[in-house]
Amino acid sequence: MSSSRGHYTQVVHTTPFHSRTARANVLNVWHRWRDHTVADAYFDVSLEYTALRNACAVFDISPMTKHRISGPDALEYLNRLVTRDVARIRPGRVGYCVWCDDRGQVIDDGTLFHVEPGVYRLCSQERQLDWLSRSALGFDVAIREETEEVAALALQGPTSCAVLRALGLSGVESLVPFAMRSYAFAGGELLVSRTGFTGDLGYELWTGNAQAEALWDALFEAGRLHGIRPMGTHALEMARIEAGFIQAGVDFLPADRAVRTDRTRSPFELDLAWLVDFAKPNFTGRRALLEEERRGPRFRLVRLDVEGNKPAKDAYVYDDRRNVIGAVTSALWSPMAKASIALASVRMPWGRPTDELWAEIYYQKELKWSRLNARCRVVTGPFYAPERRRQTPPADF
Amino acid sequence: MTDALTVVIGAGHNGLVAAAYLARAGRRVLVLEAADHVGGAAVTREFAPRFRVSSVAHLTHLLDPSIIRELDLTRHGLAFAREELKSVVLNPTGEALVLDGAEIVSGPVSAADRASYAEFSARLRRLATVLGRQHGRVPPRLGWSHWREALPAAALGLDLRRLGRDDLREFLRIVTMPVYDLVEESFESPLLKGAVALDAVLGTRLGARSGNTVFSYLHRLSGAAYGRRGPALPRGGVGSVTDSLAAAARIAGASIRLSSPVEAILVEQGRVAGVRLAGGERIEARAVVSSADPKTTLLRLLGARHLEAEFAQRVHHLRATGTAAKLHLALAGLPRFTGVPAEWLGERLLLAPSATYVDQAFDHAKYRRCSDAPALEITIPTVHDATLAPDGQHVLSAIVQYAPHDVDGGWDAARGPFLERVLALLEAHAPGLRAQLLAAQLLTPADLEREFRMHGGHWHHAELTIDQALMLRPVPGAAQYAAPVAGLYLCGAGSHPGGGVIGAAGRNAARVVAEDDP
Repeated sequence: MSSSRGHYTQVVHTTPFHSRTARANVLNVWHRWRDHTVADAYFDVSLEYTALRNACAVFDISPMTKHRISGPDALEYLNRLVTRDVARIRPGRVGYCVWCDDRGQVIDDGTLFHVEPGVYRLCSQERQLDWLSRSALGFDVAIREETEEVAALALQGPTSCAVLRALGLSGVESLVPFAMRSYAFAGGELLVSRTGFTGDLGYELWTGNAQAEALWDALFEAGRLHGIRPMGTHALEMARIEAGFIQAGVDFLPADRAVRTDRTRSPFELDLAWLVDFAKPNFTGRRALLEEERRGPRFRLVRLDVEGNKPAKDAYVYDDRRNVIGAVTSALWSPMAKASIALASVRMPWGRPTDELWAEIYYQKELKWSRLNARCRVVTGPFYAPERRRQTPPADF
Repeated sequence: MTDALTVVIGAGHNGLVAAAYLARAGRRVLVLEAADHVGGAAVTREFAPRFRVSSVAHLTHLLDPSIIRELDLTRHGLAFAREELKSVVLNPTGEALVLDGAEIVSGPVSAADRASYAEFSARLRRLATVLGRQHGRVPPRLGWSHWREALPAAALGLDLRRLGRDDLREFLRIVTMPVYDLVEESFESPLLKGAVALDAVLGTRLGARSGNTVFSYLHRLSGAAYGRRGPALPRGGVGSVTDSLAAAARIAGASIRLSSPVEAILVEQGRVAGVRLAGGERIEARAVVSSADPKTTLLRLLGARHLEAEFAQRVHHLRATGTAAKLHLALAGLPRFTGVPAEWLGERLLLAPSATYVDQAFDHAKYRRCSDAPALEITIPTVHDATLAPDGQHVLSAIVQYAPHDVDGGWDAARGPFLERVLALLEAHAPGLRAQLLAAQLLTPADLEREFRMHGGHWHHAELTIDQALMLRPVPGAAQYAAPVAGLYLCGAGSHPGGGVIGAAGRNAARVVAEDDP
């Protein structure tokens, strides 16, 4: 990534893998992700997705916002910041977490890496330095945004472990989900975490900018016989909806960006109650969330199995008496679930497994619009969750 | 649990009021005071051998009469050497202007100004009465889920509504205005304008042209709600107010421990468990009621880590930087001020010859410098109260505006030249004063911060402006005295109704504590 000097003349940057992603991107379609150029697709979205689910695929996650948090109060600071108990994320482990404002509304979600004792890396969709710094009042903690200093790739899919072993990363097969290990690589460090955004077996690889191109080359060399392919944001989007993962700015509005108070969501309203630990005596949003627990949430995030094969993109969701009770936030035809699936936010009390819900879908065939009311079934759990995502050691391919 | 201790931090007037009421409600109360005497910033101290003076506040104009009555302070020694003091505005070129409540007693003002001032005073006192009526009430919450919670807001609304259309319209028009603009449209006389402007900014970090200074003026006048025309001079200095409060608190059963500075408020499982004193002693308590200023209480003693992030930021951004210094002079005799007949020397003397003068004095403070020509509120309490100085000798006490807490270059370097400047200014208005001078003490905001443990050395613990008043004081989320951590309460001048030795914050807080945890 280019340095921040001269940022006013160059507002969109390339990632440390750009020389490689540009060569691989035969479609030449790009996307601006946090002011970095990343590929939407490389050669064919369907084939990239198919590689992910049947072999493995590489996705450039370098633009993801990354913060390094250290100092004597790092743990206490993080425990006040996020809703879950950070003390339970041991060194060498990663935890998914959300953080809220004082009103208990979610600002962002992310993964917290306990890199070494007392040193953490927080990865998030949105830039968070302002919120993290403001939250640091009264804590002896150092917070540094290191987005530009870390080159990172996601390697996801059933053969991903085999590729890493072929790369010579001994013992990588013993990594359990949400564990990580550090290796020496090309004169630098390569941190491998068993994490991802696809709901599949997969890893994320973190290294220095200087090692980036060597990593890409080595991965594709090691993966040649394991069906490795590059993957763009479109294919990743399919995978994350199948996995039932939410995305900031898509499935919820970051609370610090909201103007209208009813547009934000609490962790409870995003099906993330498991991340809220009231046993912690204090964290930002605790009082409001306790009150919400007493009063009940306003909304529910639901996973819908939509009748038919038309993606319910942006559809209104109705109850059985034709009242609008919510809207779809993410949707697609899932190749793995063989179903039209959707994430939706609906008003309470709707979204119970027994509720009969309907999605109003507009679709186009040869420029002619049609409308369809499709019955929806509320699904509990992810749409697609292969055993291999948890299996340790993963099967060899 | 019922016998567990309630700790009050600070034996200033609000802490003692809270302690007295809590003890009367049957609770076991321990007041912890850092100094070796009670009083906080409402205290009388010796500043030179045999010369005593009210160290910070030197007059009371807002002391809540219901507190005097309910706690029987008169029986506990509270007496006033003089009540309803007049204001004497020093005139560099002739006869001083003398004001008595809404009336102009004498001075170089036009007939038009006399009429305007009477009307102006009457109207502003009506408006200030609305504020004064709120002193004894817990400020309303802006969100409510039960009609009962809406009552305090309704009461405030009703008070405003009862002003009638004309007064309410005027209230809304002027309440955020700079006092400068209001006096410009009301009067001709520079002295009259200066007097009102100085009263609007005393103790604040605001100039005459700052917004909100009509509001701070109304706050100063809000003693009108108690029917008072002017400030009072307690016999023995303002310390006698807190001495009588301490006696009332002790009679009610409260214990007061001196020389016991609280170092930390202890939190266990998200609720207050007690306090730790400097030196390490831990005192367990069911509730901690702090009369220390909000930043000290919440950010230093409690710690931001026990608060949620946005709330902690609000406290952090609370404006609480003092710009008022205090000058004490020991004088061999009664000074003579030009244009002031001897009979008026015991009144409140104002050195503020125009509103522009007051505003220009502030200009320096904006840029971290002391005023070239400061504005002063002067009292010579020994005219009415011989107990403060040796026979025939006198004490002069003055609030000096402006002396910024964060003065450029630091106070060690700034103190001497600034004291010299103030003395020269006094000498110019009272020729011969320097020859009478036996001793001088200048307490800068940095001194006030250190000696009275007020963050930023601000007299009112937090700037008194509309954005930090009523249900916004000190910050939303703590404006009803309860802090967001269970068992912790604020009861100082940083809470509603603010500074000025009122005592109402202590009384209101005690009520909230008792209701929360009967």
